[in-house]
Amino acid sequence: MEGLLNALNNFLLIGLPYIAIVVFLVGSIHRYRVTKFKFSSLSSQFLEGKKLFWGSVPFHWGMLVLFFGHLSAFLIPRSVLLWNSHPVRLIVIEVSAFIFAIAVLIGLINLFVRRTSNDRIRVVTNKMDIIIEVILILQVITGIWIAYNFRWGSSWFASVLTPYLWSIFKLQPDIAAVSALPWVIRLHIAGAYVIVLLIPFSRLVHFLVPPINYFWRPYQLVYWNWGRKQVRNPGIPWSIKRPKNN
Amino acid sequence: MNVRSQVSMMFHLDKCIGCHTCSIACKNIWTDRKGAEYQWWNNVETKPGTGYPTKWEDQEIYKGGWEKKGRRIDLKGAGKRKGLVNIFHNPNLPVIDDYYEPFTYKYLDLVESPARSDQPTARPISLITGKPIDIKMGPNWDDDLSGTPDFARKDPNLKALSPAEQEAMFQLERMAFFYLPRICNHCLNPACVASCPSGAIYKRGEDGVVLINQEVCRAWRMCVTACPYKKSYYNWHTGKSEKCILCYPRIESGMAPACMHSCVGRIRYLGVVLYDADRIEYAASVDEEDLIQAQLDMILDPNDPKVIKAAKENGIADSTIRAAQDSPTYKFVKEWGLALPLHAEFRTLPMLFYVPPLLPVMASLSEKDQSGQSEKLDPISKFWDDGWLYDTSTEELWGSIDKARFPLEYMASMFGAGDTEIVKDKLKKLMAVRIHRRRVTVGDIDDKKADQVLADVGLTAKMAEDIYYLTSLAKFDDRFVIPAAHREQAIEMLEFTGDERGSSGFGFKEKPARGL
Repeated sequence: MEGLLNALNNFLLIGLPYIAIVVFLVGSIHRYRVTKFKFSSLSSQFLEGKKLFWGSVPFHWGMLVLFFGHLSAFLIPRSVLLWNSHPVRLIVIEVSAFIFAIAVLIGLINLFVRRTSNDRIRVVTNKMDIIIEVILILQVITGIWIAYNFRWGSSWFASVLTPYLWSIFKLQPDIAAVSALPWVIRLHIAGAYVIVLLIPFSRLVHFLVPPINYFWRPYQLVYWNWGRKQVRNPGIPWSIKRPKNN
Repeated sequence: MNVRSQVSMMFHLDKCIGCHTCSIACKNIWTDRKGAEYQWWNNVETKPGTGYPTKWEDQEIYKGGWEKKGRRIDLKGAGKRKGLVNIFHNPNLPVIDDYYEPFTYKYLDLVESPARSDQPTARPISLITGKPIDIKMGPNWDDDLSGTPDFARKDPNLKALSPAEQEAMFQLERMAFFYLPRICNHCLNPACVASCPSGAIYKRGEDGVVLINQEVCRAWRMCVTACPYKKSYYNWHTGKSEKCILCYPRIESGMAPACMHSCVGRIRYLGVVLYDADRIEYAASVDEEDLIQAQLDMILDPNDPKVIKAAKENGIADSTIRAAQDSPTYKFVKEWGLALPLHAEFRTLPMLFYVPPLLPVMASLSEKDQSGQSEKLDPISKFWDDGWLYDTSTEELWGSIDKARFPLEYMASMFGAGDTEIVKDKLKKLMAVRIHRRRVTVGDIDDKKADQVLADVGLTAKMAEDIYYLTSLAKFDDRFVIPAAHREQAIEMLEFTGDERGSSGFGFKEKPARGL
């Protein structure tokens, strides 16, 4: 029994993250290069717009906050601990994270109901959409469970989970502390790896291509097939390689 | 001066018979696919009418186009701030019910029906869900003013009229309509390009065609909101936006686009215009009453040596410059001043121009005692029982335009950015050409009067003859002056030859299905 648990811990906390990261990297890059056409989420707002609002908006904004919350505890654990050293600030960060988690859960449930009950949306739904939605719902529920029962997550994440995650990235996995955590926390960690693993196989790829370039590009785009200052210039030799657009 | 060339279109609305041949030609070539069934890159609307998608002209609903803020302009419903804030749910996106739910009929039920005492029926089914539906809308449900209380009376352009004028328009005896064929305007200040967060939409430098790169499009759908003409369509099956491509593979080889080639009324003209790209920003942001003039001022004279020199410096080919000199669009728009852009107030600088229709305007309707008429008619076959006179006489030269049964304010709302004078000017020119031709062919108008009419609108007899020729007699090569792309530079511009050779050239190389 003990051996089996150890093996499970080793798989979920050491094996799974490496599998997930490798599959995520290789799969995403391969998919971007080969099936670029499909490298986005399939929006269904055009078929149903009103119910989507109450699903998509709380889910996405909540998820953005939670994602960057987890990321900051991973990247800047000392600043997080310093911030949390004052009880009021700790409560502010925990309560607001909790509210956003509830928003994500409500959004996901709305999205799930919409996706399964609307005839038109069912036409543009595939199995992976449902799998992803169920996994995300379970992940948020375990997250809310943890936040409620094992306080204060923002502090112990920074002191317990961050060293573990760094040990994974440093290729020297150390799961001594993590494997002693309650099973629901380990389930939440493993769930995160499963989601990372599934990114290249699902609509989640769209979060890899956010339109950040839009901030600094000019509004209008005009492309020439050939450098227009060169195309009529007989002095410039013709080449197979096309000059950059002007 | 930054000279660029644009393949620019001109539609002569007096000639449109509303047959939808253009729409069918386009549909058969480009949008006969899953997810694109509802898309009509070319559609023909009856005006007054709500159009497709319904009430597309009402930007209070759809928030398309640009709006002037101080001295600058900004996208009304999209853009860097609004677009990214609303990226998870676009509040101004039309849904499919604003167009119509595409449908077909279960024809097989007719064939496979067992012998019964009643006729089998082919029930309509949705092309999205495959389930039976009640058809509520079609792409041209309001053709020829059908269903007028639901459609024509809700035309957004009627806001320009007083309630009494609106009432008068819909009296049975006074009702008039005309057709408005629409394709993508391939604007000089395209709102769709500006709104695309992914940067998937671009304007081609060589001919000004606006295209969406399907590999870069990520289904943010902002272009659908931003285009005030609603000519960017979301394909719900592939998750990509699509739009009119002006049949660029045909244009590149010097052929007319399918909608134009197939046009029964020969209303469509296509030619190159040279314009000054340095003036785009200025022309898009002037006050509303100056918009049309500013746009027309951008278009340069292709015979001006300075323009030709600047064009060559910008890499514009000799064949393109020659085409610009023969361009029918340039003649109608600039030389003769007959054509106007549609809804210039959207500030996208559309490059599709329309000659406003004279016919629904020209006739005046007056009450007249017709009792004498009935006695002249065969009493069995016909009976003249109303007191209206449909008067198309040219006795009063400009009178019938002012007393038109089709209010000029309505026309001005569409073609004049609200200015009735500019529309009246075009209609007077059209009328003058008719009077001139009546003098030539019928001969019941004396020369002095006809010359006076032409002089009033700034035309000469020679110009009137040219207008008449290009309007009524023009052959295919007169209507379409298209410079072919230079094949030594590109085979399918912006595509690599190696990729295209051996494949069908169009369509998907992979199924657009997603996930597992």
